[in-house]
Amino acid sequence: MGEKVKKIVKTIRVDLDKCNGCRGCEIACSAYHATPKYSAMNPSRSRIRVVMDQFNDEYVPIRATDYAKAGCDGRRIYTIKGKQYSECSFCGTICPTREMFFDPDSGLPLQCDLCADEKEPLCTQACPQGCLTYVEMEVEEEDKEEVKMDEMELGMKALLDKFGVQKVADTFNRIAQKG
Amino acid sequence: MRYAEAGYNLEVDLSTGNIERVETDPKLMETHLGGQGVNAKIIWDRVKPDTKPFSEDNLLIFGAGLLHATPVVGCNRTSVNTINPMTGIFGHSCMGGHFGPELKHAGYDRIIIRGRAPKLVYLYIHNERVEIRDASHLAGKGPGETTSLVREELNEPFAQVACIGLAGENKVLTASVEHGYSSASRGPGPIMGDKRLKAIVVRGTKDINIAHPQELFELCLRMKKWINDSNGCGDWMAVDEDDSFHHNNFAWGYSRTRIKNYWSEELQDRWTHWKYDNMDRQAGCYNCPKGCINVISWPGTKRFGYKCYGKDTYHMAAFKELDYTYGMLGQCLDWGVDSYSTPQAISLGIELYDSGVLTDQDIPNFPTDPGERVKFLLEKIVHREGIGDILANGSWWASRMIPGAESFEHNTVKKMEQLPIKLGKLNPAYYLMIATGEKMAITQIEGSFPQDPIRDPVKRKEFVDNWDAAPYQKFKDMFMNWEKRDQISIEDTCALTDWNEAMHYIDDSTGLCGFVSSFRGQFGGQVAYSFNNVPELITLATGMEMDKEGLWEICRRNRDLVRCINNRLGMRRVDDDPPKDHWAVRDPELEEKLLDAYYDFRGWTKDAVPTKAELHRVGLDYVADELIQLGILDPNEGTPAQEAAKAEEQKSGGC
Ligand code: SF4
Ligand code: SF4
Ligand code: SF4
Ligand code: SF4
Repeated sequence: MGEKVKKIVKTIRVDLDKCNGCRGCEIACSAYHATPKYSAMNPSRSRIRVVMDQFNDEYVPIRATDYAKAGCDGRRIYTIKGKQYSECSFCGTICPTREMFFDPDSGLPLQCDLCADEKEPLCTQACPQGCLTYVEMEVEEEDKEEVKMDEMELGMKALLDKFGVQKVADTFNRIAQKG
Repeated sequence: MRYAEAGYNLEVDLSTGNIERVETDPKLMETHLGGQGVNAKIIWDRVKPDTKPFSEDNLLIFGAGLLHATPVVGCNRTSVNTINPMTGIFGHSCMGGHFGPELKHAGYDRIIIRGRAPKLVYLYIHNERVEIRDASHLAGKGPGETTSLVREELNEPFAQVACIGLAGENKVLTASVEHGYSSASRGPGPIMGDKRLKAIVVRGTKDINIAHPQELFELCLRMKKWINDSNGCGDWMAVDEDDSFHHNNFAWGYSRTRIKNYWSEELQDRWTHWKYDNMDRQAGCYNCPKGCINVISWPGTKRFGYKCYGKDTYHMAAFKELDYTYGMLGQCLDWGVDSYSTPQAISLGIELYDSGVLTDQDIPNFPTDPGERVKFLLEKIVHREGIGDILANGSWWASRMIPGAESFEHNTVKKMEQLPIKLGKLNPAYYLMIATGEKMAITQIEGSFPQDPIRDPVKRKEFVDNWDAAPYQKFKDMFMNWEKRDQISIEDTCALTDWNEAMHYIDDSTGLCGFVSSFRGQFGGQVAYSFNNVPELITLATGMEMDKEGLWEICRRNRDLVRCINNRLGMRRVDDDPPKDHWAVRDPELEEKLLDAYYDFRGWTKDAVPTKAELHRVGLDYVADELIQLGILDPNEGTPAQEAAKAEEQKSGGC
């Protein structure tokens, strides 16, 4: 059993009613994560996306989080305050069933890293409307080694989820032989 | 490497189905920036003056602004240009939303559409993949349904869609192109219908390069906060419920009746409830923190969004209240009709009926209630049925098509409806802007110099001291010395008109929204963009050297070019004419002087054509050559003042 330690948990609070659909969060996130930093902005590389359907008054900013098959609670249609949200609107996972949160060129997954090097995440900075606010909370929890996946592992995992073990292995072997 | 620009145009010929991705000349950015500036150049080069608006040879161009898809805040206006079938001249039109930036990410600065599809189609663009697809299943559908259907069938939830409704399909001249809750009016709607192009669906995932990315990004992040907090940006009508200005001052019905004491507290209270009890949110456009679009779910209608004075025109045409307009707007959006021109064409119809020019034979079963009448005629217009087929051409054309109706028509400039403003004494600056502007709406011309002087000298001084948007000291001096609205020198009137216009030419070519730029400075002076900071933004985004003077020169070139396109289409001094009754008290002598002085200022001839010297100055010699060849421009003719001086010289010469 690990000891109890105090930890700062960083997160972003979302107030859906305040979103005006400007997608400034997408712009800022993609610019910040470009190499070199800020060299290009491109919402389709953002780790936050605003799921938006104006005619349905649907504006849902979601951040890319880990995907686990078991974690999916299915494509649901939510009804909140009498308004219907389309399936998957609230799901932030890097889910292989949709294009979102995969880099459009490399196909690699894009995961929110909370802009770890910054005092405040870029997306909240780009949202003076107050839909996204950065919060730091102190929590007590058990100290356990956290295994963080690096980018390659994340990419592998997404590929495995998308194509299955066999196909990925075959492709890997083929490329390795050519190389 | 190209900065800020995608560097390619998408050329689509709907007649042949040919699609080409064409690399653009980087020089055009230096001479015309982008957006409407470059669109105008293409229209000059490729749409010959004998081209009928409804012909395969007329082009329809969706142009992204030069600064679209850069971090510049509030930059999202897409310029949609064509020859406007209502006016027969260059159609100035733009829409907010997300379209232009998405188009740039798809790798194109503009889409140039010619031809006419054999049947209703839509255009699908995903980066290099471009397809013309069957749209027969979308016929008659509104923008809401069209947008969700195409997104679904293409599996493109993030695609941006611009489309026409039934009005556009039926080539109603007051139809608009709809994109979310933004729209492009004044020409493109009926042209899109004529080309049988139901929609354009665009999705882009490519990068746009920025010359000085970090600096620009950081500056823009600061500006976003500033714009969010500023009262000097955005549409104040989204937050201020006192709309006495339009209701007490603008004319009701067919722009005839003023109700000076209409507004009351009780009414404001009731209307405020109607709005906020039924409002879903205030939405904005791409990369802008403001929420100018009021999104309303009104019982019994489809959800709609509106900006600004768009909520007033239907009930003012029908002598009703806000609930009436709210009951209409969902349907108007669905049909895709412009809410400025359409109500005026309708109220002309009502007036003609009441005057006996139109009879029960012309309009069978015409209701008696004015609200029902407006709805009745709107439906006829959109379907082009019966009298609606005539009114669908707008009030100018309708009044020329209906025998005995011409003398009733009273509120157009260059054949297009104007805001229903009927005032007392001539206002020199507004005379010039309304007369000489060719953007067909005063809101697209006015906007930087305040509409009225500040009486209190202390407050006036304070205003001037904080007036960061004023490009030169002379404008501050001008304002300091301004006491009475109509008492302002002719010289100053020309200079302030020039500034007002130039700001709009900046917006049209960069893609900035007027509510953070050209239109908004006149109210309070605290606006985000001006000649004092746009040059820097252009430099940071494009890498191109730019200063105030250089930018002004580009605006002048773009303004001259639009004028020359229109000259070539037949426009002259006689067309620079406000509605006869815009002011009750006119001053013909002063008006002629103002026109002459303005043409002098611009380097135009007495007949309102840019002179050879002026066109040489702005680098448009090829334009001058063609105008001379066509006999439109006399190469030896100078401006009115130069001609007067020549005449003087001849008189005194020879002795
Ligand atoms: S920046 Fe804020 S308001 Fe704008 S889209 Fe993102 S979450 Fe919504
Ligand atoms: S996005 Fe994927 S993981 Fe999320 S709810 Fe939909 S199917 Fe499940
Ligand atoms: S916290 Fe940083 S990485 Fe995560 S979505 Fe926001 S900007 Fe992107
Ligand atoms: S100021 Fe208003 S209209 Fe202009 S871009 Fe921003 S939200 Fe849109």
